[in-house]
Amino acid sequence: MSTILSTRGLSRSFAGLRAVHEVDFDLPQGEIRALIGPNGAGKTTFVSMLIGRLPPSSGQISFDGRDVTRLSAPERVRLGMAYTFQITSVFSRLSAHENVALAARRRLGTDAAAVEAEVAGALERTGLSGRGGEVAEDLSYGHQRLLEIAMGLAQRPRLMILDEPTQGLAESEIESFKALIRDLARETTILLIEHNMAVVMALAQRITVLNFGEVLAEGTPEEIHANPEVQAAYLGTGGADV
Amino acid sequence: MSRSLILHLGLIAVLFALNFVLPPYAHGNIARVMTLAVYAIGYNIAFGYTGLLSLGHAMFFAAGMYGAGLLLRFTDMGALPAYAAGLAAGGALALAVGLLALRTAGVSFMIVTLMFSQAVYLAILYFGEWTRGDEGFVIASADRMIAGVDLAAPQARYLVAWGLFSVALMFLLWLVRRPSGRVFVAIRENEDRARLLGYDTFRLKLLSLVISGVISAASGAAYAILFGYAGASFAGVQYSIFPMLWVLLGGAGTVIGPFLGTLFMFYLIDLSSGLTDAYMLIAGVALIGLTLFAPQGIAGEIRRRFWKDLP
Repeated sequence: MSTILSTRGLSRSFAGLRAVHEVDFDLPQGEIRALIGPNGAGKTTFVSMLIGRLPPSSGQISFDGRDVTRLSAPERVRLGMAYTFQITSVFSRLSAHENVALAARRRLGTDAAAVEAEVAGALERTGLSGRGGEVAEDLSYGHQRLLEIAMGLAQRPRLMILDEPTQGLAESEIESFKALIRDLARETTILLIEHNMAVVMALAQRITVLNFGEVLAEGTPEEIHANPEVQAAYLGTGGADV
Repeated sequence: MSRSLILHLGLIAVLFALNFVLPPYAHGNIARVMTLAVYAIGYNIAFGYTGLLSLGHAMFFAAGMYGAGLLLRFTDMGALPAYAAGLAAGGALALAVGLLALRTAGVSFMIVTLMFSQAVYLAILYFGEWTRGDEGFVIASADRMIAGVDLAAPQARYLVAWGLFSVALMFLLWLVRRPSGRVFVAIRENEDRARLLGYDTFRLKLLSLVISGVISAASGAAYAILFGYAGASFAGVQYSIFPMLWVLLGGAGTVIGPFLGTLFMFYLIDLSSGLTDAYMLIAGVALIGLTLFAPQGIAGEIRRRFWKDLP
């Protein structure tokens, strides 16, 4: 399978602090990959560089065989990347329908019928049909998270980056979320930044572990689960002692 | 026909009918209000819909006023070409200012636009030999003719102001329903999100500012031609504050709001100055009252209470 996203030597420092250091990362097309790591491991810095919200200090990012390191965030989105925010970021005073329509319209332009169909489909798949007329800020937190994903769907991305999508969701909501992601994985590649280990273990085909801004380990959920270095990083005892 | 189309076409029809029934003084006032409401409509596109809080829109109004006025004063090109030149001047200035000022946002954007506008104001004073500075200049009535119609005559002046206002109002109604108009709102609400949906927000903000500048210039050029005068006070700070007040009072981000705010403010000052010399005191109290009890402006309050989909 071809690689849709890769980084080489990707680094970012903040005032001398190495948040992400020399990361080489490859994501094959069609995979569900989870990116995990303890707090402060550099996950959000790393994905912010992938989508173009943060310029790297050094290194290179390619998407679909094309060097995108110097492209702006909107340019990367137009190439087929989508990003959902860790902290819910919807157009809170606009209706749920308009939120998704804004996502669809960038691709479909003035074709109102196509936009309508796309919005109806995205709301349907995320279980938000019937809530399209509600103002986004009036939706429950869980529904706002789903709205973020509906906005991602409506963009028909080839790579979807989900930054802690289950944060703050109830257990019952997490179950339907997992089903949604599995459904989504049939048509797009997914990079999932996630704290909830149950979700990661259930969804991810492979897992990349970041620690202190570097790749600590990469492998299947079973391999990662059994990896002593990963356990040490999460328990905070330091790899050398194990 | 949708309710909102009925409302806006209804306003246009009422204003047309008023041409035939208003007494002379009110007739002249409404012509002036309609001309200035076009300025408010232009300001509303940048501020109300796109969230670009400019403190320097007087430069675009003045670009139209002087773009048309100076050509009429020094050439024989006629009112219509001079008017078109005024619009072009406003658009070109908005493009140049936007390319620089839109690199900033928020408070910085307010300050940068204010500074550019002051530079335009001072340039008008500096080139007093041509512009006659503060004193301004009168545009000869011979130059205020379009196709043999004398625009200084009350009837013609009213109808031209009405026509211009109608075009601007319907343009705004059309624009805010278009995909690009809706993206303006998205930028106002959450620019970061709009960028991550793939929208080039810099270009869209520039587009919004240029549209806003052209419409503001359309008002300034019309003012010069209809009322026969161009002066530096129209480029001053207070003429940057006025459209903001009109839009805030009428309802930012509504199509009908700019007109309501302009009308309200015009008559507030007109009526209170008939009562006392301290008319700005009355105007100030009324403004505070409106801010307290209808913070979203007149049309904003109507939208909140009665008409959720008012555009």
